[in-house]
Amino acid sequence: MERRLFVVQRLTAMILAPLVIIHLGLILVAVRDGLTAAEILARTQGSVFWAIFYGLFVLVVAIHAPIGVRKVLKEWTELEDSTINSFCWMLALLLLVLGFRAVAAVV
Amino acid sequence: MKAIQNSEQLLSVRIWRGKKDGRFVTYQVPVRDNQTVLDVVTEVQRLHEPGLSYRFACRVGVCGSCAMMVNGKPRWTCRTHVNKVIDEDVLTIEPLRNLPHIKDLVCDMAPFIDTWQKAGAPFSSTQTRSQPPAKVDPESPTRRAADASLQCINCGVCYSACDVVNWNRDYLGPAALNRAWTLVNDVRHSKRQQTFDMAFSEGGCGSCHSHGNCTRHCPIELSPSESIAGLKRLAFTGLPKEL
Repeated sequence: MERRLFVVQRLTAMILAPLVIIHLGLILVAVRDGLTAAEILARTQGSVFWAIFYGLFVLVVAIHAPIGVRKVLKEWTELEDSTINSFCWMLALLLLVLGFRAVAAVV
Repeated sequence: MKAIQNSEQLLSVRIWRGKKDGRFVTYQVPVRDNQTVLDVVTEVQRLHEPGLSYRFACRVGVCGSCAMMVNGKPRWTCRTHVNKVIDEDVLTIEPLRNLPHIKDLVCDMAPFIDTWQKAGAPFSSTQTRSQPPAKVDPESPTRRAADASLQCINCGVCYSACDVVNWNRDYLGPAALNRAWTLVNDVRHSKRQQTFDMAFSEGGCGSCHSHGNCTRHCPIELSPSESIAGLKRLAFTGLPKEL
């Protein structure tokens, strides 16, 4: 179990690295002329590329982050393993729901 | 750090006395040529404090039993010259950290030895006594990987230096994981997969933060950090194939 989570977290990190760089680059480019909801929607609505890009982003974050948070909670708190695991499952679900909701809103 | 040459000079040695709720006691010991920290502790016990408890056996860096904290760092006291570590003419000597304290400079090594068992350390041969010895190519990648980490003598210095052990006593620690690394690379070991699984279980190599304190403090310059990194790499590839 620990090994599988270790591998999955590293693999998702490898996927996240380029996605984060593109995401940050996009922010710099997008805000050059001021940022408005209309401008964002003009760029994203109907775009299959951005739908897939941010859909993948959300999915990978929802896997990567809870595994890391689980490890931090195990190291720094006295909580039971079952409590930590439940919390991390909920965190994953929350990230998925909020993330896909945001993606659905702009594509 | 100050070099000491004058034999008339006295050295102030602060030694931990008692158990956890003990205190430092300062002793004055003459400075001598080529004096090791173990020489100082021995002189204190022989001449000043007969009740002082400490461990040593070989005095020449073979057994690893004289490890203590010297001016805050875990060291083999027999291989540590006083003039290399003295700080403003004071030497502070404590028992190894991260282990239960018994008395004075002695700590209980049992939890450290237990970590070896938990990391799958016992060797189990693929062959019986009646079979001829296994032929292992000394130049094979697995043998070279095992050889690079093989000389550990269980002194506990890396375990004491490790900050992850300090905050998480369930962590197996550098020495046990280094041992596991030698075994998963040993083609004569019949339980390589089991050892690997144990080394990667809860509190195993996935808990290492790669601080590198183990490698920095190892008296024989082994690199448990590299061994742990090797185990982590195997998480992706599986065990190296038999040769």
